[in-house]
Amino acid sequence: MEFVNWALSPWGENILVRISWDLFWASLVGGVLFLVAHGGYMLFSPHHKRESDEVDRMEQAMPALPAAITRHSFVARIFHWVMAFAMLSLVFTAFLPVIGIKFAWVYWHWMAGILLTGSIIFHIIHATFFMDFWSIWVGPKDIPEAKAEMMREFGIDAPGPKPGKYPLGNRLYHLAVLVAGLGAIGSGLLMMSRVRTPIFERNPYLMGDAAYGLTYVIHGLTGVGFVGLIIAHIYFALRPEKFWITKSMIFGTITRRQYLEHHDPERWVSSK
Amino acid sequence: MPAQIRDVMPAFELFQPASVADTLGLLDRHGADAWVMAGGMDTFDWLKDRIRKPKVVIDLSGVAELRGIKEANGGLEIGAMTTLTDVSRNALVKERYGLLAEAAGLVASPQIRNQGTMGGNVAQDARCWYYRAGWPCYRASGNICYADTPTSVNREHAIFEADRCVAVNPSDTAPALIALDAQMVVRRSGAELVVRAQDFFVGPGVDITNLTMLQPGDLLTAIRIPGTWAGKQFYFEKVRDRQVWDFALVNIASAINASGSTIGEARMVVNGVAARPYRLEAVEAFLSGKPRNEQTADAAAELAVQGAVPLRHNAYKVPLMKALVKRAIRGAAEWSS
Repeated sequence: MEFVNWALSPWGENILVRISWDLFWASLVGGVLFLVAHGGYMLFSPHHKRESDEVDRMEQAMPALPAAITRHSFVARIFHWVMAFAMLSLVFTAFLPVIGIKFAWVYWHWMAGILLTGSIIFHIIHATFFMDFWSIWVGPKDIPEAKAEMMREFGIDAPGPKPGKYPLGNRLYHLAVLVAGLGAIGSGLLMMSRVRTPIFERNPYLMGDAAYGLTYVIHGLTGVGFVGLIIAHIYFALRPEKFWITKSMIFGTITRRQYLEHHDPERWVSSK
Repeated sequence: MPAQIRDVMPAFELFQPASVADTLGLLDRHGADAWVMAGGMDTFDWLKDRIRKPKVVIDLSGVAELRGIKEANGGLEIGAMTTLTDVSRNALVKERYGLLAEAAGLVASPQIRNQGTMGGNVAQDARCWYYRAGWPCYRASGNICYADTPTSVNREHAIFEADRCVAVNPSDTAPALIALDAQMVVRRSGAELVVRAQDFFVGPGVDITNLTMLQPGDLLTAIRIPGTWAGKQFYFEKVRDRQVWDFALVNIASAINASGSTIGEARMVVNGVAARPYRLEAVEAFLSGKPRNEQTADAAAELAVQGAVPLRHNAYKVPLMKALVKRAIRGAAEWSS
């Protein structure tokens, strides 16, 4: 298996060209294997959520909690689905030709890339000024929660903190998408300098061969990375025990009981 | 850089099958490692320059069933290994499809036409010298087009449908076949595909490393020309730097079904301006029902070049193409009005 493709430049130098498409297959197979392995594990997982009695007590203790609690605002949901549409368009336009489905993909690919870039810029502004910015980030402060969640995965009613608004897996996934997404967008914008678009004036000499090679490799790595990430995301979105989160991304709200079963009300204070 | 070895081909395993069945068996066995050689006019350039180093070469010259021209379904079927000389001199082709006879007769030189084949002419690779020199351009699976930079020598390159790569299709017979609504017969994985000539050629947007839809393991066996355009009014012109032997800078193939001085249906295809033969469908639609006069030709010529994006050194192709479109509409005669 090859990881990257090299070529001999007109000046006799070995230059990086792009990643090998073997990595696409590796990411695809890796994503599917993860899905099968996790699915198999979940058949026997004793995952422990908050007991029904405890939730009852909490409901009685917090009578002001509304029946439906807003998890994702309308604007946040629109952003999510626009980004999902752009991301899926990017992955399909990039990799359908690799598996033999030929079509004029470049135009649709960069158009989807522009849509993604625009939506991400919007998201950064929206998340910074209109959302609880730090609720999605993950850091050393989350180690107790990680330990507790791991214990709960093994069926032990661990005393550690429950997640705030976003479960730890959610936050780690966001971090992975952030790294891959910014890598793909940055490299993609540089690659557009070699494509005719009405947005930038084409300039194939914007960088040297080595820099372009590295840019193509970064774009390829983040692209194949997204194949695995998207498989994992769709899989978790469709899992029965996670589907309440998916529904909240459609309808915006979760029920009071879901809020109390899965979250720590002190770490995510419901606004209504 | 060390001097490149020329004229000494790399070692490969040579197969000379005697039948299509044997050829398909070899292609099945060797897949992407196999290089299919028709007349060798394109192949030997690649091999002697050591740009392509296939493990296996399958020489089709001994496959008799791929040669010949026969009548079929009211039209003609031309075997892929039929030489260009045979096509250009065949009485049936000349009588019914003079457009193709003329196009085949203008390919390269007599020696090349004696050896070169119809299949090879339509399936030949791009002649962009950056690509042919083995540079790692998009067409060679790289990530740049050396012909589309501010300092490139791109006089012969594309003015339409450039999508990263700006190489053009060099075939003379391809536009004639599209104008005649020909069909390409391709064997793939035991099945026979019949593809419209127009769909046989692909642009860089769809497949940047191939000029045709042929994939490793495919075999072009024949070209079928329906009777639809037999005996209609044809025009073929090839403009090249050296009249004695050269690829077209631009060529045009047209077929017109006229009633008196009124144009009925028309086909018009230009090559040398894009990575695939460029069919002027807007012009064809415009011409339908129009009088065949200078005003019509002028308007059609303007329409033909809409959307052209010349490179640094090939803007001349725009007026050249307009002139060819006008001449194709006029045909052999002078304007009647």
